[in-house]
Amino acid sequence: MATETGEVVKESAGMPQLDFSTFDNQIVWLLITLVVIYFVLSRVALPRIGSVLAERAGTITNDIAAAEDLKQQAIDAEAAYEKALIDARAEAGRIVGETKAAIQVDLDKAIAKADAEIAARAAEGEKAIAAIRDSAATSAATVAKDIAKDIVSAVAPGKIDAKSITAAVTAKMKG
Amino acid sequence: MATEAHGAEDGGLVFHPMDQFIVKPLFGNGDVGAFTITNVTLWMALTVVCIIVLLVFGTSRRAIVPSRSQSIAEMMYGFVYKMVEDVTGKDGVKYFPYIMTLFMFILVSNFLGLLPMAFTTTSHIAVTGVLAMMVFLAVTILGFVKNGAGFLGLFWVSSAPLALRPILALIEVISYFVRPVSHSIRLAGNMMAGHAVIKVFAGFAAIAAISPLSVLAITAMYGLEILVSGIQAYVFAILTCVYLKDALHPSH
Repeated sequence: MATETGEVVKESAGMPQLDFSTFDNQIVWLLITLVVIYFVLSRVALPRIGSVLAERAGTITNDIAAAEDLKQQAIDAEAAYEKALIDARAEAGRIVGETKAAIQVDLDKAIAKADAEIAARAAEGEKAIAAIRDSAATSAATVAKDIAKDIVSAVAPGKIDAKSITAAVTAKMKG
Repeated sequence: MATEAHGAEDGGLVFHPMDQFIVKPLFGNGDVGAFTITNVTLWMALTVVCIIVLLVFGTSRRAIVPSRSQSIAEMMYGFVYKMVEDVTGKDGVKYFPYIMTLFMFILVSNFLGLLPMAFTTTSHIAVTGVLAMMVFLAVTILGFVKNGAGFLGLFWVSSAPLALRPILALIEVISYFVRPVSHSIRLAGNMMAGHAVIKVFAGFAAIAAISPLSVLAITAMYGLEILVSGIQAYVFAILTCVYLKDALHPSH
């Protein structure tokens, strides 16, 4: 180290930091550098980064608001769906009741009509039966008269007229 | 570079820890004038380039979802912005670009200085002194412009007993004027010392027996220096904020 001493002294006691001859150079370049950095930062970089950060914060806030909105919409939609379901059930119940009532009315009407028809048919049938009975009775009388005539003519031919036989048979049948 | 400056030595240990700080012209061997292009010019220009690349080109896409460089730039911005806002309050935010300029310059210069063969501009008292004096003058002028004579209240501790106040005022005045000195020497000293120590360890590496230890020590010191580089930039910026707060709100 001893051999160096001479040269070290020449370089201002070994501390380049204390070599005042370079100060003006350093200060000039430092000021230029700082001015350049300041203008680059204040004109371009910082406004840009600031706007990006603000934009991001805005986007995030908007997204959160939108998500909140959508959630509310979903809740509303669910409520509406539930309500629609309940309404539909009630409506269905009402319709079933109405239909039942309508069917009951129709049914009652149909039953009444059927009853009336049955009654009418029964009456008709009875009438027909009565007619048949009457005609049967008339036929029996005719047959009885014919047979009586035949018998009379067979027993005493040409003696007794048909009229009196008929009257006699009629009287007999009434009796 | 070291041997160039001192000439060849006949074996033995060669320690030139301070040679890395020599300011010399990039072209030729003339004297260093005010506008001579020197290694200072080169490394300050590189600092500017790095800052532009990071903060301007890195953010050119203005992406909502940031790329890596953009998120680094945003992190820097957010870090310094929050620091200015926290320390000086809302009315200090308009000085944010100045503090960002100082912070970015010191941070990038410190980190560039850690490259092998690099020249560390912030290790020079001329550079840090100018930075500190700029802060000191700006803060003092701003204090008087904003508060008038009320700025002197900074030195008059109204919460102390009346008898003590003149003494405290004297101490406050001295500490106020020491600020730029400590502000500048802290940064330059930290940068210079770390780099010099690394160089000294590097000198020991010439001895084969010690060289593994030397390499280990250099590695450890380098890690420490990375930490110091970031911390010193942060310290410089936050102290600037504190001084700015004193100028804006001089009452204790």
